[in-house]
Amino acid sequence: MEFVSSDRTIRPAINATALKILIAGGFGVGKTTLVGSVSEIEPLRTEEQLTERSTGVDDITGVEQKRTTTVALDFGRITISHELILYLFGTPGQDRFWFMWDELAQGALGAIVLADTRRLASCFAAIDFFEERNVPFVVGVNCFDGSQMYTVDEVRGALDVDPFVPVLLCDVRRRESTKDVLTALLQHIMSLTGHAQRAAADN
Amino acid sequence: MTGEDSAWFDEDAGPLARPYTFTRGRTHVARDDLNMITLVVALRRFHRGELDHAHERILECCQDPISIAEVAAGADLPLGVVKVLLSDLIEQNYVIFRTGLAKHSSATSPDTLQKVLDGIREL
Ligand SMILES: Nc1nc2c(ncn2[C@@H]2O[C@H](COP(=O)(O)OP(=O)(O)OP(=O)(O)O)[C@@H](O)[C@H]2O)c(=O)[nH]1
Ligand SMILES: [Mg+2]
Repeated sequence: MEFVSSDRTIRPAINATALKILIAGGFGVGKTTLVGSVSEIEPLRTEEQLTERSTGVDDITGVEQKRTTTVALDFGRITISHELILYLFGTPGQDRFWFMWDELAQGALGAIVLADTRRLASCFAAIDFFEERNVPFVVGVNCFDGSQMYTVDEVRGALDVDPFVPVLLCDVRRRESTKDVLTALLQHIMSLTGHAQRAAADN
Repeated sequence: MTGEDSAWFDEDAGPLARPYTFTRGRTHVARDDLNMITLVVALRRFHRGELDHAHERILECCQDPISIAEVAAGADLPLGVVKVLLSDLIEQNYVIFRTGLAKHSSATSPDTLQKVLDGIREL
């Protein structure tokens, strides 16, 4: 068996801090490509089984019916130092089930919502999810060839995100572009926590 | 009984089932302080046959500190099942873990955020 950790250059300490950033957006919008462009490992895949409690009861057996759905996540890793590791998790594209997966959002540093201007509506659900759970996010408009028909402001208007949420154009196949989106997210998180701390200090 | 075929899903656990395995006549449930990015590491080596196959597979994956998500990917098992197997290994002192997970990003210190930002810029 191949060891997952064999390609690691820095061996993390067991008391290292692990952080998580989520990459969300519609089907085929470039989530896995984004993870792969900055990850030090080939994106890995893990699966979780989510159980949906259906409302109906089986007439014959009287047993409540449930459906189990497998949700797959891609993820990559950036070892910042032996005490700080960042994981990027790409959420399932068109799957409605990940929205009930609390563990995904819990403790997430923030999120990148990838949008495709040809199918903008496909990222509404992700935006709602992060807004509801107070997960800081930025919107990356992934520029597929020939699809840059909207300006950032037009996309912002169509998505109806708060004015302080960064919206930027990107090409997630390029590492530098993905770095720009991650940088924007980190700066956004830092300004939000800065505001929160100043507000607390004022009270 | 070993491995994947011994994993069940709890009927009454709500939307996200808490899986458990049935190993050596006992029912095991995942600890609730493990998450996808909890880091785990094996404390000691094991002899062949000391553990069942599923637990051995997990232990082999965590010889170096590694996240539970990576263990699941490496062992090719669902996250929930891996958490149950790791809970067994933690209870039996084969593995230690550390949850570095804040409830919310605002709990991450500005210093840590700055380090992440610097780390990203250096990529
Ligand atoms: N031209 C162009 N193609 C891209 C870009 N980003 C991704 N792609 C391509 O789009 C396809 C889908 O990308 P993925 O990264 O697999 O998308 P995903 O969001 O992970 O898809 P699902 O997980 O299936 O929802 C791949 O063939 C990529 O090569 C981009 O910026 N420009
Ligand atoms: Mg994908």
